[in-house]
Amino acid sequence: MLQSVLVCLGVLVIVYVLFSFEGPQELARAILGSTRATPAAVAQTIHAYGFDKPIWVQLWRAIDNYLHLNFGISAQQNQPVATLMKVALPRSLLLVGASTLLALIVALPLGVFQVVRRNKPSDYILTSLSFIFYAMPPYLLGILLIMVFAIHWHIFSPVILPSESVWQIATSLSQLTLPMFTLAALTVASFSRYMRSSMMDALAEDYVRTARAKGAGEGRVLFRHAFRNALIPIITLLGLSLPTIAGGAVIVETVFNYPGMGLLTTNAALGNDVPVVVGTTIVTTVLTVAGSLLADVMYAIADPRIRYASH
Amino acid sequence: MPATSDIGPGPVMNDPLSGVSRAVALSGLDPSESPLTAPPGVPAAPEGGEAGSTGSIWRLIGRVFVENRLAVVGVVILFVMLVFCFLGPFVYHSGQTSIILRPISAPGSCGKGLIPGPPCPLGTDVNGFDVLGRLMLGGQTSLEVGLAAAAVATILGVVYGAVAGFVGGWLDAVMMRLVDTLLSIPSLLLLIVFAVLFKPGKDVLILIIGGLAWLYPARLVRGETLTLRTREYVQAVRVMGGTGRRIVYRHIIPNAVGTIVVNATFQVADAILALAALSFLQLGIQLPQTDWGQMLSGGTGYAEDGYWWLILPAGACIVLVVVAFNFVGDALRDSLEVRLQQR
Repeated sequence: MLQSVLVCLGVLVIVYVLFSFEGPQELARAILGSTRATPAAVAQTIHAYGFDKPIWVQLWRAIDNYLHLNFGISAQQNQPVATLMKVALPRSLLLVGASTLLALIVALPLGVFQVVRRNKPSDYILTSLSFIFYAMPPYLLGILLIMVFAIHWHIFSPVILPSESVWQIATSLSQLTLPMFTLAALTVASFSRYMRSSMMDALAEDYVRTARAKGAGEGRVLFRHAFRNALIPIITLLGLSLPTIAGGAVIVETVFNYPGMGLLTTNAALGNDVPVVVGTTIVTTVLTVAGSLLADVMYAIADPRIRYASH
Repeated sequence: MPATSDIGPGPVMNDPLSGVSRAVALSGLDPSESPLTAPPGVPAAPEGGEAGSTGSIWRLIGRVFVENRLAVVGVVILFVMLVFCFLGPFVYHSGQTSIILRPISAPGSCGKGLIPGPPCPLGTDVNGFDVLGRLMLGGQTSLEVGLAAAAVATILGVVYGAVAGFVGGWLDAVMMRLVDTLLSIPSLLLLIVFAVLFKPGKDVLILIIGGLAWLYPARLVRGETLTLRTREYVQAVRVMGGTGRRIVYRHIIPNAVGTIVVNATFQVADAILALAALSFLQLGIQLPQTDWGQMLSGGTGYAEDGYWWLILPAGACIVLVVVAFNFVGDALRDSLEVRLQQR
C-alpha cells in the first residue's frame, strides 16, 4: 500500500519535473494558448502558477492541487481539466473493462486447448495466429475492422459520437463492439500464450503427477488440478498488463474517435495542451497502479501459500 | 500487505507474452534447481549459460535454426525486408523528392489518380509520393529505430540490472523500486509526454524509446544475476581477489548472454511497434520523413474511400517484421528451456 502511494508520488514528480524542463515561459504559453499569450499575460501566469518559485515549492503546490482534483484549465477547450476527465473517464473504464473481460473469456480456454493439443498442427496454427495478433498493432487492426465491418458491410458504426453518454455507448452494440474487440485482441494473444505456458508449468508440477498416479482422468487432471493453479499467475499477468491495456486504449480511442481519456490525451498532445496531458497521464497512472495493487491483493487471496504465509 | 508483484513468488515477468517461459528459462539454466523435472539419468544438456563462452551462444543459435522451422521463416522474412528496404532503392528508383501528380483519369494508362498502376506499382499517397518507394524509405526508419532503440535498451538494462543484482542490499532495493515505479506507468503515455516536450527527430526517438524500454532487460538481468552471483565460479573469482567490476563484466553478463539475446530480439519488435504507435498518433516521425506507422496514419483518413494501398502495404510490413522478430526470439528462448525440451 505504502509502495503504491510512493509509486504514484514518484510518477507525479517525474511528470512534473519533466515538464518543468520546458521553462516557465513555455509552460505559461502552453497554459494560455498561443493566441492570448501577450508578454504581460505570460508574466502574470508565471506568477499565478508559481513557475518562478523553486521546484520543490512548485511540486508541493502541484501535489496539493492534484489531491484536490484540481488539474488546471485546458488551453484548447477552456474548461477545467477535471471536468473534461469526468466525462471521459467512465467511457474509458467501460471500454477497458469490457474488452479485458472479453479477452479473458476467449484467451483462457484457448490456452488450455493449445496445451491439450500441444505440438500438433492446431497448436502450431493457433500459436502462429496469436503471434500475428500480437504483432498486429491496434491501430492496424482497428482500421482493418473499420474497412471490413463498418465501411464495406455497414454492420457496425465506425466512430462514436462525442455526445453519447456512457450508458448509450454501453447499450449500443454497433458502437462498442469494434473498439472493444480491437482492444481485446491486443491482450488475447498474450493472455492465451501465457495461459499456455502457465498450464505447461502446472502440468510439470508434483501435484499433477500425484493426481495422475492416483488414477485421476485426463479431464480431471487438466481442470481440477492444473487449470486452477495455472489461473493464479493470470491474476498477476492481469495486473501487469494494465499499463499495456491503458496504452492500447489510447490508440483504440484515437482510431475509433472514442471520446475517452486516450482521445483526450492525444488531442491535447497534438495541440500542445500541457495541463490536459499532465492531468490524464497522472490520473491514468494512478488508476493503473491501483489496479496493480488490487491484482496483488487478489493474488494473495487466490494463492493459499501466500494467504497462510502472512498469518 | 504482501507486495507480490516484484519480489514475491509470482513469476518474474517481463512482457506478458513470454513472462513465464522467460522465468522458466532462468531456472532452466541451472539444472540443479529443478531436479524433479529432469529425468534421472539424463544429464541436463549444458546450455548456453553454463559454458559461459561466446562460442556456446553461436552454437545455440545454429542449433535453433536447424531445429525450428518458424525461426527459419523469421530469418528469411527479416533478410528479405532488410534487402527490400536498404537495397531496394538502388534497384527501384523513385524520386522521393518529387511529387507525382497524375490526372484523375489519364487516357491510355491504368494509373488513375492515386490508384496503383505504372509508373507507381503501389500508387501514390495523399501528398503525391510514390507508395512503394515510400515503403522502402519508411522501412529504413522503422528498422533503424527499432534496432538502435533495442540496443540502447539492452545496454542500459543489462548494466543496470547486473549492478543492482550484484551489489544487492539497499542499493538493489532502491534501484528496483525505481524500475517498478517506471514500469507501472503506461509507457505510451510517457512516450506522448516526451514527444510533446521534445518534438523529436529520429535520433531523439531512438533515445526515448530505448530509454523507456530498458526496464524489462534490467529486471531480467537482475534476476539472473541474483542466481549467478552465488555460483561457485563467482565465489572462486572472489577468493582469487577479482574485483566486483571484473565479476560483473567478465562472468555474470557473459553467462546471462542467452537470456539477454532473447530479450533483445523481442525488444526490437517492441521498439518498432512503439515507434509506429507514436507515429500513428502523429507524434513520432514527421513529414517529409516517414516510417511505416506514419504511412498508416496518413492512410487512415482515406479508409472509407477504399484506398487500400495507403494502409495494407505499410500494415503488412509492420506485422511481418514484428512476427519475424518474435519467431526468432521465441525459437532462441525455446532452445534455452531445458525443462520444456526434456518433457
